[in-house]
Amino acid sequence: MITSKFQILVLAKQVPDTRNVEKDAMKEDGTINRAALPTIFNPDDLKALEMALEVKDRIQGARVTVVTMGPARAADIIRESLYRGADDGIVISDRKFAGSDTLATSYALATALKKFDNIKLVFSGRQAIDGDTAQVGPQTAEKLNMPQITYCETLEEVTEDSIVVKRRLDNGCETVKSHFPLLLTVHGNAADCRPRNAVRVISNKKVCSLSEAKERNLDINSLPDNIRTKIQEWTADDINADPSRLGFAGSPTKVKNIENVVLSKKENITLTDNENDIDILMKELIKSHIIG
Amino acid sequence: MNHILVYCEISEEKQIAEVSLELCSKARKLADTLSCQVEALAIGNGIKDVEDVLYAHGADIVSIVNHKKLEFYQTLPHFDIVSKVIEEERPDIVLFGATSIGRDLAPRIASYLRCGLTADCTELMIGDHTDAKTGKTYNNILYQIRPAFGGNIIATIVSPESKPQMATVREGVMKKETYDNRRGTVRHLDAEKYISDNDFCIEMLNRQIESRKVNLKGASIIVAGGYGMKNKENFALLHEFADVIGAEVGATRAAVDAGFAEGERQIGQTGLTVRPKLYIACGISGAVQHRVGMDQSSMIISINTDPKAPINEIADYTITGDVMEVIPKMIKCYKSNIK
Repeated sequence: MITSKFQILVLAKQVPDTRNVEKDAMKEDGTINRAALPTIFNPDDLKALEMALEVKDRIQGARVTVVTMGPARAADIIRESLYRGADDGIVISDRKFAGSDTLATSYALATALKKFDNIKLVFSGRQAIDGDTAQVGPQTAEKLNMPQITYCETLEEVTEDSIVVKRRLDNGCETVKSHFPLLLTVHGNAADCRPRNAVRVISNKKVCSLSEAKERNLDINSLPDNIRTKIQEWTADDINADPSRLGFAGSPTKVKNIENVVLSKKENITLTDNENDIDILMKELIKSHIIG
Repeated sequence: MNHILVYCEISEEKQIAEVSLELCSKARKLADTLSCQVEALAIGNGIKDVEDVLYAHGADIVSIVNHKKLEFYQTLPHFDIVSKVIEEERPDIVLFGATSIGRDLAPRIASYLRCGLTADCTELMIGDHTDAKTGKTYNNILYQIRPAFGGNIIATIVSPESKPQMATVREGVMKKETYDNRRGTVRHLDAEKYISDNDFCIEMLNRQIESRKVNLKGASIIVAGGYGMKNKENFALLHEFADVIGAEVGATRAAVDAGFAEGERQIGQTGLTVRPKLYIACGISGAVQHRVGMDQSSMIISINTDPKAPINEIADYTITGDVMEVIPKMIKCYKSNIK
């Protein structure tokens, strides 16, 4: 059990940058060429980290731990979080997690979080850009039996026993107050994360996980504490997860079929940008009562 | 075969929300394929006289839960009511709007019931499925179709072992349809049976509901800009053009993310779906997650410097050129031709 006076957790994900997909992102056989896509800190999760750090700024003794599920290289986003003000982080990584849908993911995350004592707040981004489902936050809240406040935009007030936030909805906003524990998802409109702090970058640059130490042929036990303990790796066994609820087996949704996007051609008239062409088009649109 | 349950959202005017009527219309079609009934579930305070509109849009059973504590949507009481109703009635399929309410509620319910949930479906169909590993065949299950991975693929998702099969659908994606001479039954459920005091642990301090300023759904002409507009200043030209021809301004997600336009103008899978008479795409390359939100427009004009932009494939007219030069010419030609 990990104990802190005021424990804050941030659920974060390392995602492929689907916003800038170039042609080489798809292989000839139609599958995704993940190697061609750079990985980034999921944008909404960075905003969740900022809101968590704002709470830490105001509550003495609060500790911010970032939790991510993914391959060992997801330690990158834990280090990024350390540079910006997080205290430590955990990479939940195991082959048994492969193929997880949102239900299996939330099970793994919630199970990991049960190793923490005295959780006050759990923050996550509203959604991740590779799936856009916005499901993992509310599902994790349910599994932890915590209330949830989704789409948080602004942290209005926080004390030792309650928090007030403004939520952004489709058609307006709400200001709500809750006691702890509580899970919040953070909207893309929320404040950007603070930049890296130069001192923190220097002191955390060498921080590595067990897999990273192995990769670099370092003996993890010979490393100083501040390098060795800030990124922990937990496997399915470490979190005492039920294997039938993990990965492919624990995922009720299955991908039946994937189609690459092939556009159906329709008859297309190409015009130049000279005024004559445009005049003909506008006349046509007016004549057919489409505009005017 | 069990029935299809549609979770209905209630508008500020205590009417059934548009997205919920669209879902009922779609549920009716799925139910006809499955030969089953459609139940519409509405939760609030003082909901009345909603059954006729729900029958007309495809519901057979209208279940209403009224309680003074349920004036506004709140996660936990709705979670308790809907998940317990599902446990009692065991519907085969449950549909939610992919709204700030549906996307808050549905995943929590799916987690509790340990069932599959697919977000932001752009099509729902009934079909058979054979599991590639086990060889087991499932008949008449729900195909949940959505773009994935940044819109580069269209995935058909199934949850064959999961009861119920759940999906969310954005407003405007399914077509609202009315069916003649339909009747049904109304049931009033007792809220007290489902909710507890703990459900109200989150205190509402302030609530501001804004009526939508932007009316993209009602617009017959839309001028939409993408990342190719380069900046917010250039985007202002689209507003000018829209004012001249009586159009509304839309935007792609990339343009919204870059701050060129407000989020409520976003068209596409994670924004609105529109079907205007005319769609003028300006500096839009045409990623599939944008196209699913506009490809049913009656006419599409694309203005792009890249003659190979994917949007041109679905456009009726393509103007190859710089938007910043083409639009002033369109404004000029429009003004000189309209009398």
